[in-house]
Amino acid sequence: MIRSRHWFSKTGLWLGLFFLYAPIISMVVFSFNNSRLVTVWDAANSPTLKWYGELFRNEQILGAALLSIRIAAMTATGAVILGTLAGLVLVRFGPFRGRALLSGMTTAPLVMPEVITGLSLLLLFVALEQLIGWPATRDVTTITIAHITFSMAYVTIVVQSRLAGFDNSLEEAALDLGARPAKVFFRITLPLIVPAILSGWLLAFTLSWDDVVVSQFVAGPGSTTLPMVIFSKVRLGVSPDVNALATILVLIVATGVVASSIWMRRQERRREREIQMAVAANK
Amino acid sequence: MAERRNDTKKEPWRDPSASAYVELQNVTKRFGDFVAVNNVSLKIYQHEIFCLLGGSGCGKTTLLRMLAGFETPTSGRILIDGRDMAEIPPYERPTNMMFQSYALFPHMSVAKNVSFGLEQEKLPKGEIAERVGEILDIVKMREFAQRKPHQLSGGQRQRVALARALAKRPKLLLLDEPLGALDKKLREQTQFELINIQERLGVTFVVVTHDQEEAMTLASRIGVMNRGEIVQVGTPSEIYEFPTTRFVADFIGSVNMFEGQLIEDLPDRVRISSPELGGVVYVDHGISAAPGANVWAAIRPEKITLSRAAPADTAENCATGVVKEIAYMGDLSIYLVKIGSGKIVRVTMPNIERLADHERILWDENVYLSWHSSSPVVLAQ
Amino acid sequence: MARIPPPQPPHHLVEGRLGAWWELFYRYGPPRWSFYVRHAWAGERLVIAVPYLWLLLFFLIPFIIVFKMSFSEVRLAMPPYAPLWEWVSEKAVDVRLNFGNYLYLLTDDLYFSAYLYSLKVAAISTVFCLLIAYPMAYAMARSSPATRNLYLMLIILPFWTSFLLRVYAWIGLLQNNGVINSVLLALGIIDEPITMMQTDFAVFIGIVYSYLPFMILPLYSNLEKHDFTLLEAAADLGAGPVKSFLRITLPLSRPGIIAGSLLVFIPAVGEYVIPSLLGSTDQLMIGRVLADEFFANRDWPVASAVAIAMLLLLMVPIMIFQHFQSRELAGAK
Repeated sequence: MIRSRHWFSKTGLWLGLFFLYAPIISMVVFSFNNSRLVTVWDAANSPTLKWYGELFRNEQILGAALLSIRIAAMTATGAVILGTLAGLVLVRFGPFRGRALLSGMTTAPLVMPEVITGLSLLLLFVALEQLIGWPATRDVTTITIAHITFSMAYVTIVVQSRLAGFDNSLEEAALDLGARPAKVFFRITLPLIVPAILSGWLLAFTLSWDDVVVSQFVAGPGSTTLPMVIFSKVRLGVSPDVNALATILVLIVATGVVASSIWMRRQERRREREIQMAVAANK
Repeated sequence: MAERRNDTKKEPWRDPSASAYVELQNVTKRFGDFVAVNNVSLKIYQHEIFCLLGGSGCGKTTLLRMLAGFETPTSGRILIDGRDMAEIPPYERPTNMMFQSYALFPHMSVAKNVSFGLEQEKLPKGEIAERVGEILDIVKMREFAQRKPHQLSGGQRQRVALARALAKRPKLLLLDEPLGALDKKLREQTQFELINIQERLGVTFVVVTHDQEEAMTLASRIGVMNRGEIVQVGTPSEIYEFPTTRFVADFIGSVNMFEGQLIEDLPDRVRISSPELGGVVYVDHGISAAPGANVWAAIRPEKITLSRAAPADTAENCATGVVKEIAYMGDLSIYLVKIGSGKIVRVTMPNIERLADHERILWDENVYLSWHSSSPVVLAQ
Repeated sequence: MARIPPPQPPHHLVEGRLGAWWELFYRYGPPRWSFYVRHAWAGERLVIAVPYLWLLLFFLIPFIIVFKMSFSEVRLAMPPYAPLWEWVSEKAVDVRLNFGNYLYLLTDDLYFSAYLYSLKVAAISTVFCLLIAYPMAYAMARSSPATRNLYLMLIILPFWTSFLLRVYAWIGLLQNNGVINSVLLALGIIDEPITMMQTDFAVFIGIVYSYLPFMILPLYSNLEKHDFTLLEAAADLGAGPVKSFLRITLPLSRPGIIAGSLLVFIPAVGEYVIPSLLGSTDQLMIGRVLADEFFANRDWPVASAVAIAMLLLLMVPIMIFQHFQSRELAGAK
């Protein structure tokens, strides 16, 4: 009886996965199409690497991609530092005045519509410029600040849930054994949350790399990120070199995700085996 | 049971000139409106195993954490070795703690866990290695030195936690439910090992536990806590045989309590008329309470005798009833007897002889309950 | 990092004549050098201050500025708005609170219908997301741990690829000469292409597609924790599979449903990229209206008023989300 529903949900799962992957697969396929009409398969001259060649000659896209990588890396690093601190404070520092406001400010960006975030940050930068003359131009710095602000929330959540899984008494034990608080942080707390920090970094990197709306608000004339280039390009209609770009991105991401998950699987298996051995040795 | 010999040298609390190693003076801890620890004063002497015993939420762990320095008292003072601990943070106190969860660092090997405290003292490497080996030998864990905590069983983790806490050779070791996570067999075995290690190293132990059996086995003295207050301090036998309050009598072991009025109050004997018992309790020692006062006579189940035949004196310390329930436990049997007033009395009888079933006292039999006049404890509150 | 409790005055001070004063000094006075500097990591307050100040400056204050801006008047200058107050003379401040922007929102039908349309699109997309995500999350939670991780990876993988490109991919599928129409034509199911681009349908697809992982993940993490024996108990008590699903699994997964729905609904209301790429230009969503006011009309005050109105609209769902989020984290402890 229960199995029949299982069958139903299993079909749902596969259909859902098809729904998730069909557009990506079609994009990959058509990146090898010769025709400029993206969706009409030119069987005579395909598959071809023509669009890849075109992509690598397009300096605007390459420049924007480099800029995006730079911004994403800076964003991820900044968001990890701030988000980890916020997560620590929220989980480990107990009640203090203003804690509710801090926890509200860390979760709100998760659901805040991007247009509002973008608008509010731009208005802040304009007001600051009038007030103290900084930032004089809107450029990489302003984009990075904006990206850090909305992506640190994700880091905080990841760090928070990792920390909450560890007993406070680990740090207390270290204090009790004579380590000062700074040392406790670097010897105990930090090593424990490294996995969360890594995945937080990747998350923040992707969010920044992906963002178009907030960037559009806070970017200046000389700082066009890759998503902004793509956005203006595809608003005018499909263009095959975007397909090629998408294929490259999918390839990179898929390799990364598959490799890391295989590595994690291995770690887990090793750990399980060790635990089994320990249990067996005890009997 | 590891009962200690009655030796005044080993009982410094009987010696008014002895100086306490740990002294709490009117210590109170509030969390907001909640009073976790209420005006506790206590002296703990060197080489003791002092058990703080109480139910959950009675403040025993808070008291321990104040000794370790993880909480500061709201008022009152804590002295360790004569030094005021008010401004001393955990990492400078002469104490170490063994946590209930063991709190082993999951990313470090057993040896690294144990050496962590020694590294903080900036000892030379050779000495650290030597002392780690030494302490791992004591807890018989040397062969596991390179394992990570998740590769250890519960009992092994407990030993590592103990070794880590002892590695710095603290004068005072705080143990929070040290045996709580172990199964029954292992717990009994480990209790004696703990005592051996304590005697060998001469450390003072303060143990927090909710398990009265554990407290009775380990402790040189027990402090029973209830709602943030210490209600009684004494040796295990004092606590069991001479409880001073109904709470303690009821908390430690099981007890039959009969409410009544004092009808005779002499320095060497007392009589209590108890409607609940339907008779008079005669006690062969005096108590301090006003005549006519409401008191309770507490009698332990094992001190009551059950018989089919009437005892010699049925006027006092005697009652009749009907057996309602029998639980056969192997070494002893528990009888629940309903007496005239409707109250259920609990009686335990050791199964000394191998009896056939028809020789035992069985369900629905009318029986006599009787006890010696030294058995009841009279409690005024 | 573990927290060190604050120091107490040493007893020789408390017992002295000025004891009460010392206690006050210790509680409210300057940091104890002897304690905070020598012992505790002096940075504890710094650790709180850094993320706090950042969020205050770059998250909270910007909202106050938006709020202020929504009461300003538009001006043909850079920046294109009039200040809220001006020093008219040395002693008098001229405060001009201008409710005109909000009045404008109420009178011009464009805004009202954009709000309604956004709510409609977000609500319908959320429902479809839930209907697709629930069986998926359920099947994932019921599969063996090894395959579970594989599925999880498959769900998350598209999320790591660019959101913009995933929306773009749908253009290729939905166009008149796109993949779907070509396939249907070739199979002879339709005679002429169906118009799918620039319709509500395209917007729903785009939103459901982009936000699906945000619905699946909270649902999955909820369903994964369910005790399967509850269903066996229900079956044992005579409930059929449909009934035990409706009476047990569904009510227990309510937190996951609410969290997932809010994670989809709230950002979808303000969605800007998807309707710009896939939707029609006749009916605008509110995020698009805001961006147009800002970029095309350069009317910052009206854009701010639109933003504030959108925030007010989303206030209740955001508060519910925060409530659930903090409860979830408290539960994790």
